[in-house]
Amino acid sequence: MPAVSVEKLSRIFGTLKAVDSVSFEVNRGEIFGFLGPNGAGKTTTINMLCTLLKPSSGKATVNGYDIIKQQAQVRRSIGLVFQDSSLDEYLSAEQNLLFHAYAYGIPGKERKKRINELLELVGLKDRRKSKVRTFSGGMKRRLELARGLLHEPEVLFLDEPTLGLDPQTRHHIWQYIRQLQNKNNLTIFLTTHYMDEAENCNRITIIDNGQIIALDTPAKLKDCVGGDLVTLKAEDNRTAITELKQKYRVEPLFENGSISFYVPKGEEFIAQLVFRFESRLLSINIRRPTLDDVFLKLTGRAIRDEEASFQDQLKQASRQRMRGR
Amino acid sequence: MTSIFRGIWVVAYRELVRFVSERSRLISSFAMPLIFLIVFGAGFSRMIGTLVPGVDYVQFIYPGIIAMTVLMNSLMSGVSVVWDREFGFLKEILVSPLDRRGILLGKASGSATVAVLQGMMMLLLAPLLGIPISFKMIITLIPVLFVISVSISSLGLLIATRMRSQQGFQMIIQLMIMPLIFLAGVFYPVNNVPLVMEIISKVNPLTYGVDAIRQVFLGSTETSVIGVTVFGHTMSILDNILLVAAFGFILLSLAAVSFNRSD
Ligand SMILES: Nc1ncnc2c1ncn2[C@@H]1O[C@H](COP(=O)(O)OP(=O)(O)OP(=O)(O)O)[C@@H](O)[C@H]1O
Ligand SMILES: [Mg+2]
Repeated sequence: MPAVSVEKLSRIFGTLKAVDSVSFEVNRGEIFGFLGPNGAGKTTTINMLCTLLKPSSGKATVNGYDIIKQQAQVRRSIGLVFQDSSLDEYLSAEQNLLFHAYAYGIPGKERKKRINELLELVGLKDRRKSKVRTFSGGMKRRLELARGLLHEPEVLFLDEPTLGLDPQTRHHIWQYIRQLQNKNNLTIFLTTHYMDEAENCNRITIIDNGQIIALDTPAKLKDCVGGDLVTLKAEDNRTAITELKQKYRVEPLFENGSISFYVPKGEEFIAQLVFRFESRLLSINIRRPTLDDVFLKLTGRAIRDEEASFQDQLKQASRQRMRGR
Repeated sequence: MTSIFRGIWVVAYRELVRFVSERSRLISSFAMPLIFLIVFGAGFSRMIGTLVPGVDYVQFIYPGIIAMTVLMNSLMSGVSVVWDREFGFLKEILVSPLDRRGILLGKASGSATVAVLQGMMMLLLAPLLGIPISFKMIITLIPVLFVISVSISSLGLLIATRMRSQQGFQMIIQLMIMPLIFLAGVFYPVNNVPLVMEIISKVNPLTYGVDAIRQVFLGSTETSVIGVTVFGHTMSILDNILLVAAFGFILLSLAAVSFNRSD
């Protein structure tokens, strides 16, 4: 039985198809990534899977339980870290965990033990008595992660677990996530729009405008780009492009004063190129394809253009303001 | 079934923990009833004197002031739902296996407990106002206040299930609170006012709550002018409580339906 199974799931807000007939399966014990730009429908999908939002159509099961007919069982077997903070800021870290333990009916002895263990795990043991409103963003995020794990769920949903965190904390959180996967055979379903993070997943679904446009392992997805990305600058770019097209049969793209194209086996290609190229070269750069390239290839746009990252900043700022009150 | 009970106590427990850590609420919910007591009590008592033998004006409005304290605190249940929604904590509650009805009942009984405590604290004023209180009164008062409070909490919850912002909720509550209080027979006996006012007062469920509290302090009002008569029947304390409870039950059921439906 797959951990999560989704069949033609849709959610419509007014006329907007936020999630448009998506189907996929998540295997037990895997880290499954949902990757897509702002507004792609990631959070909407998670909300439906965790029974907070009713689907407009389609079916889904989590741990074999139907998300519409067996909501209580679904809720009992999942853990969640929401995109926006869902802690009670006026309670202490420990009180937040206690509330959670009571709500999930964790028996007395276990309760103390697990709360201690988890506070240790996320490095908040010495701040357990502090009110959450005195925590930094990263500390809150870690506390939420601890809370999501407290009742030992079988599937953990993480909605952008590292949004707005510094690289060090992001790294820490990823360490926990992998640890959990190995130790407890926990299934993890996460969303992100950080491409580098998505590489940590066993499989990735790329979603755009509510539709799934690709689903595979990171390596296979990168293969579909068609090799390594070579970027070069020449003294006379126009003749260089012509030469590249005629002699090397690649499809160069000219952008921001530099020429770029994909070739299989990039290193060998460059060695040849340097040796034989007739136009005078100014610089050469080669890099392995990233998931950014995959997204660009599939949709024709970058996943995080200027506007998107600006929206992110706005989102962050407004969240901060909400909390500050 | 167990998940309903767990919902009730877990959610109520948090309300109480929150209350203990927020002292400003304690003071602010006393302010308005106290101002009313002082202004109206001092303002009218000499002019009005005794309403019926043995009951002066301050003694008459005092039970209503307690009802007011309970009302103000009970409506906090709704505030706390809107607050939780705004700050995201409601999601944590809603994805937990707690039963939705249990969650609502927990909010209602949590704020009702606080409201009863606050109402009881108003008893400290009784000796100053020359109102005799007995142990039996206190024991009777607790369940009476609790029922009234759960019912009014349900009203707050029903509104809150439809509200997305603190400001919107506060607006509606402000609009409702004055008519609820002034047309509940706190400051005058409802049997002796112009017909329109009488009708509105007798539709207002708080009227029966005020009358129930009044009867706890002043004894049965069934034969006196300060009682509440509906269709020729003067309400006893039990009639009042049953009516308020029925009203609360209807509101809470509506709130549960509305809560379940909201995404
Ligand atoms: N409650 C709602 N009412 C109306 N529209 C909504 C609602 N929730 C989401 N949407 C819309 O659905 C679309 C998908 O939103 P969703 O939150 O799922 O995106 P996302 O992939 O999580 O994006 P992000 O990376 O910004 O978190 C957006 O266009 C959004 O405006
Ligand atoms: Mg999102």
